Amino acid sequence: MEWPHKDLLDVGQLSREEAEHVFRTGRYFQEINARPVKKVPTLKGRTVVLFFAEPSTRTKTSFDMAAKRLSADTFSLAKSGSSLTKGESLKDTAWTLQAMSLDALVIRHQASGAAQYLAERLECSVINAGDGWHAHPTQALLDAFTLYQEWGSVQGKTILILGDIAHSRVARSNVQLLTMLGAKVRLCGPRTLMPSAVGGWPVEVGYNLDEAVRGVDAVMCLRLQLERQTSCLFPDGREYARSYCLGMRHLERANAGAKILHPGPINRGLEISSDVADCPDSLILDQVASGVAVRMALLFLYVTRKEVE
Amino acid sequence: MAAPELVIRNARCLGRAVDLLVSDGKVLELTDHAPDRDYGAARTVDAGGAILLPALIDAHTHLREPGFEYKEDIASGLAAAAHGGFGRIMCMANTRPVNDHAPITQAMLGAARKTWPQGPFLHPIGALTKDLKGQELAPMAELAEVGCVAFSNDGLPVADTERFRRAVEYAASVGRPVIDHCEDPHMAPAAGVNEGAISSRLGLRGQPDVAEAVQVARDILLAEYLAIPIHLAHISCIRSLEFIRAAKARGVAVTAETCPHYLLLTEEAVDGYRTEAKVNPPLRTQADLQAMRAAIADGTIDMLATDHAPHAAHEKDVEFDLAPCGISGLDTALPLTWDLVREGVLDEAAFRRLWHERPAEVFGLPANYFRPGDPADFILFDPEARWTLTTETMRSKGKNTPFLGREMRGRCTLLSMAGNVVLG
Repeated sequence: MEWPHKDLLDVGQLSREEAEHVFRTGRYFQEINARPVKKVPTLKGRTVVLFFAEPSTRTKTSFDMAAKRLSADTFSLAKSGSSLTKGESLKDTAWTLQAMSLDALVIRHQASGAAQYLAERLECSVINAGDGWHAHPTQALLDAFTLYQEWGSVQGKTILILGDIAHSRVARSNVQLLTMLGAKVRLCGPRTLMPSAVGGWPVEVGYNLDEAVRGVDAVMCLRLQLERQTSCLFPDGREYARSYCLGMRHLERANAGAKILHPGPINRGLEISSDVADCPDSLILDQVASGVAVRMALLFLYVTRKEVE
Repeated sequence: MAAPELVIRNARCLGRAVDLLVSDGKVLELTDHAPDRDYGAARTVDAGGAILLPALIDAHTHLREPGFEYKEDIASGLAAAAHGGFGRIMCMANTRPVNDHAPITQAMLGAARKTWPQGPFLHPIGALTKDLKGQELAPMAELAEVGCVAFSNDGLPVADTERFRRAVEYAASVGRPVIDHCEDPHMAPAAGVNEGAISSRLGLRGQPDVAEAVQVARDILLAEYLAIPIHLAHISCIRSLEFIRAAKARGVAVTAETCPHYLLLTEEAVDGYRTEAKVNPPLRTQADLQAMRAAIADGTIDMLATDHAPHAAHEKDVEFDLAPCGISGLDTALPLTWDLVREGVLDEAAFRRLWHERPAEVFGLPANYFRPGDPADFILFDPEARWTLTTETMRSKGKNTPFLGREMRGRCTLLSMAGNVVLG
């Protein structure tokens, strides 16, 4: 398949066929990741810059590992170690990076639209590793990939996304992708943590977890973004957990064998109880493994797109 | 009758062909066009069928001098005003230092007189509270004495209702109206995008229309209770209009303005994180736009104002959250809103009312109804002139407009202030 996209800014850019092509490619790389020697020369001589203007451990490590397993040279730039802390604008940082002739820029940034801003100005591929509240396309792709590994497809499945939807780029991207792939998506959380226009989204919305969890095939918990909260969105963690911490008692109402996902890092006892997080149906660690394979697939598709053309 | 100093021949005014006779800076007579008549004027201009309008008045402009001259200075702002058809502009107090003491007002007026001595004329608006902090009242009597025509904390509205009440009362005692920037500043201040479908999709914190409407409602209640008029700035949404309409129906002395962008653009304009369409209040929905159009036609909205807010290119060329709010509007307001006449939303009389008569009445500025003795403040407007808005064709230093690249229809070809031809 010829890969037509220069950048990955949000999952809405992809067709169902393209998303499933990413999964097929990911499966190939997952096999490589199971080998004793986990490195292939696919991107040898290519440069991938990891520009994380916002703290991140697992996404950054996952991309770094993915690039290195493809033999790309990686270079990390954190906001704290960059000129952004000296007042340099994103535009000037972009031009500086451009001058270094990179092949792909993986960016995480606290501002929604930052990835698009750079994509419109840079010749290299820009891969959005999370921008503000807007999008986290690689997380959505790895989540769906994980479910495909379990089920073969998400067509007709009901998936509940639970927690702070309003401030979650993971939720936005997953709603787009999972509905496009044929799943039914439900959202649950307090009204203060729902986007204002959620009524126009192709989802069911509920505020009561006991009701929302009924008959679902998977629950995707979100991290409660305490660092993003202003005031007055919920009283405190204890009160939040009383209503929205996913426990085993909730799963009794879900379909048998319902899968548990969480993008991490987990706040145990706040969004998800420990016994749920560690239960046999939890796919949380599978998501981490899938993340490397999916990001290898994405780096491969985006960086080599010119050769395919 | 003494010979006129200036005659404008063959202009169109409310649908008829006219000649305008000017003497001693005032309208001498507006008469039916007489091709063969010799008026004996010192200067005659053939309007060639252009439209004769009173010089527009902008009750809401941000000039950036003092403090931010790289965005705009008084000379460049007045240049944009002149070419845009404006004879008088009222500039807001959010300069640095803030226009909250007399020497600042005097310096502004001095800069205007030095650069554009015959007009367009500058009418400063003083701060309502010192340094726009919403705490202590600004010295309004002194500011009024040196030329401030109104008071406003535009950009930083006074959230504390008690302090706002006292500010309104005090301003009334010095005989000047208060212009309120209607926004509950606790509800996503200056978000630059409407809270709704676009903000939800783009992952941006939006500002709901109720943030505007609750303050509109508050101001109406205060105006009614105090029996003091309050002017409501840059109204953008249906909810506010409903309050204003009901208030006017029961005789509350509120007046209101809106801006060209709320009549022409919706929240869709910020899709793709387009910072040039980031304004405060934000662009609203199609339903709001239609309601705003109806409200300028039926008088619910008293006047149009540009909310001219020039910014430097590098300030807008950033992430959406970091970009300042504002559209540079003086260069484009006339042709853009004349399109509404062309579309039948407004007639020419309403256009004159919105851009000249009501602002003059509300803020006590000279008004020209083309009656004998009225100040000869007028423009000629060629509605068919076509030109493209580019950074080169804009006179403002601020090139921040979502209309860049658009073909404009209509251009001001002559500006006269008190009979002095300033442009043309």
